[in-house]
Amino acid sequence: MRKLALRTVALGYLALILLGPLSVVFWRAFDKGVGPAWTAVTTPDAVHAFKLTLEITAIAVPANTIFGVLCALLIVRRPFPGKGVLNALVDLPLALSPVVVGFALFLLYGRTGWFGSWLSRHGIQVLFAMPSMILATAFVSIPFVVREVVPVLREIGTDQEQAAETLGASQWQVFRRVTFPAIRWAVAYGVVLTTARSLGEYGAVSVVSGRLAGQTETATLYVSDRYENFDIVGAYAASVVLALMAIVVLVTMNLLRPKEGVH
Amino acid sequence: MPRFTRPLTLLATALFVAIPTITASAAGKGANLTLVAYSTPQASYAQIIPAFEATPAGSGVTFSTSYGASGTQTSAVIAGLKADVVNLSLQPDMTRLVNAGIVSGSWSSHAQSKYGGMVTNSIVVFVVRPGNPKHIKTWNDLLKKGVDVITPNPFTSGGARWNVMAAYGAWRKAGATKNQAIAKLTKLFRNVSVQDTSARNALQTFLSGKGDVLLSYENEAYAAKKLGQPIAYLSPKNTILIQNPVAVTTHTAYPAQASAFVKFLYTPAAQTLFAKNGYRPVMPSVFKKFASVFPVKKLNIFKITDRLLGGWKKVQPQFFNPKNGIMAKIEAQVGGVTG
Amino acid sequence: MSPFGGLTLGFVVTYLSLIVALPLAALIWQSTKSGATGFWQSLTSPEAVAALKLTLATSLAVALINAVTGTVIAWVLVRDEFPGKGVVNALIDLPFALPTIVAGLTMLALYGPRSPVGIDVAYTRTAIVLALLFVTLPFVVRTVQPVLQELDRELEEAAESLGASNWQTFSRVVFPNLLPGILSGVALAFAKAVGEFGSVVIITGNIPFKTEVSSVYIFGQIESGNTSGAAAASVVLLAISFGILLLIGALRRWTTRHHA
Repeated sequence: MRKLALRTVALGYLALILLGPLSVVFWRAFDKGVGPAWTAVTTPDAVHAFKLTLEITAIAVPANTIFGVLCALLIVRRPFPGKGVLNALVDLPLALSPVVVGFALFLLYGRTGWFGSWLSRHGIQVLFAMPSMILATAFVSIPFVVREVVPVLREIGTDQEQAAETLGASQWQVFRRVTFPAIRWAVAYGVVLTTARSLGEYGAVSVVSGRLAGQTETATLYVSDRYENFDIVGAYAASVVLALMAIVVLVTMNLLRPKEGVH
Repeated sequence: MPRFTRPLTLLATALFVAIPTITASAAGKGANLTLVAYSTPQASYAQIIPAFEATPAGSGVTFSTSYGASGTQTSAVIAGLKADVVNLSLQPDMTRLVNAGIVSGSWSSHAQSKYGGMVTNSIVVFVVRPGNPKHIKTWNDLLKKGVDVITPNPFTSGGARWNVMAAYGAWRKAGATKNQAIAKLTKLFRNVSVQDTSARNALQTFLSGKGDVLLSYENEAYAAKKLGQPIAYLSPKNTILIQNPVAVTTHTAYPAQASAFVKFLYTPAAQTLFAKNGYRPVMPSVFKKFASVFPVKKLNIFKITDRLLGGWKKVQPQFFNPKNGIMAKIEAQVGGVTG
Repeated sequence: MSPFGGLTLGFVVTYLSLIVALPLAALIWQSTKSGATGFWQSLTSPEAVAALKLTLATSLAVALINAVTGTVIAWVLVRDEFPGKGVVNALIDLPFALPTIVAGLTMLALYGPRSPVGIDVAYTRTAIVLALLFVTLPFVVRTVQPVLQELDRELEEAAESLGASNWQTFSRVVFPNLLPGILSGVALAFAKAVGEFGSVVIITGNIPFKTEVSSVYIFGQIESGNTSGAAAASVVLLAISFGILLLIGALRRWTTRHHA
């Protein structure tokens, strides 16, 4: 009886908070049928926006993955002075408001910023162009691979690696044959989290993008642009695409979720 | 030295070197002009730009466009958003660009000198629900209890600043003293339930069902109505003339084409397109053709340069200084008591 | 055994500096530009203070609500069985995967003036709380679930066989073990809520002093060119985030000591 009550409360809460918004996205997108929704997401601007989002993600995720693995190895295997600061810096993007991130980039690369004059003298455009959007996206998605790999590295310990080395394996062989297989699901999970965060980034990117239609509009910015131009179907149709990407990410996350014993 | 970290490090570095290469845009054959404008003329330029590209002066010219709240766009351009032509909601934003060295001080005296650098006009109107159920006709009606007013935030939106000055100016014109008018303005903002960042967003909010009356540009209301949105709009008897400036930037890579585009905005063709989207044309000859759409006779349209107001140079710091302007004080008062 | 030389350290430090440290340094530096008095003035401007108060109040409320609902949901997901449980479990992560702007738009459609379910709370503080509840949903659930899964049922069974009521078993045996996980999740939820922007900016109306949270206030300051105001408020949010991180770290160490 009590179980049923708890279950009802939990599912009721979830229905209110989760399912409502999700169903609205689909309902509003296909309000006028599949045709208009399809047209809306295949306009040149829409296609470019999705392409841009994917391009930014395709750069930010591998970079953060490589960084994540190396950083995790560093944190666990080689204590050094200032490790606490490194730890804090890596975790900070989780808690920081995206608007603050965008603003900080403004201060660095804006015309009157730290690198502003150097950049304009060399004709390099960072702000209001792809580089700053990549930097913003990389910033907000930096922690995930590190945080997933660190506990796993700690748990597996160095015994096997040491054993391999005494048997004559090179550093690279140790990593490839011993370390990496042990952490690969953690890395995969971290990559999925990083990808999810990068695809959905809005706040930081909206500050640094300049909203040049067909150029610096990502998919999320495109959604808000359509909404602002009374194109409800367009906004929700693009949202459906993003929601579908989210669902793919969700499924992958749950398939890869570390089982008991590893975490 | 661990041998495998080197390839990884080099790979990562390569990625970062690749970024400029990937993002370097292919240089177009002709000029590519970037137009940075405030939120409302988006639909107008969607028609005007192709019309310009069809003229000899515009052949081979392509455009990139960015629209947003006037204050927002101004800040972006100052922070480095590359623009060739800027069209903002009001003069003080253009002055900010002049102060930052992005627009020349003599911007108003070029091809458009006859019109003081203003490319479009409009007026502040009341947007209401069809049938005007709450019978909102005058500025004083906005002060009534239970009337829900929508206007954007004056510190990001140019449109909001026009709204504030229209209200203030109207009350002054009707005989109120400065303090009385400010008191009324305070009362007005107590009735404001939402302050979006831009005029366009405020319209969105109203259309989503919120509020009894929206203070807006006439052309926004006209365009929305034309698109079939369920609204009505009317002009209060006393209202302000909205004038929107346009200029070519100093750092444009295509000065000839940029100037040609601005010149095109002052041709009957472009002005007619603005008019079809609800703007009042600055050229009298075109305005005459649309007289039935734009009421003039029964209205008392005053300008920001009116003696009672004193022009933007006086009004901008007096009302909109974020620290001690009149609006800053009003926002504090309105929020503090009920918040 | 330390197999890594200077190159790795150098790369990691450089990358982190470029991506994270440098922007933060610029932020902090900008806030000091107008001197201590300028910083304090920006910090204590009525609108900034009101925004911060609202942010902290709503974030705290949301964190506390999540402490309860998150635990209940985790409990149901671990201890209960029903058809479709796997799907529900997967959906918990939806707020993490869905872009915040999409969440905001749908919240507006669902709980705004044209709401199909008749709830109209758009442009109010309730709307802020609803939006934040959506984005913070996964945190407590996901920190409590693993703890519940590993919890030794023997303790509970022992307590029950000794005559303890359900509530006594829960509060004396189960809850103390869940507490670090709950607190961890609550801290994460609070941190996320404090900085949330995309989902809040659409539905809340952003009225200064009434429904404007700090992240939206900062956005407004940036857009109107008031960099010192934006920097001061940003540094406050930064300090709060940092503080919460330290707290979570301390909680983690407490947890491992607890279980050691």
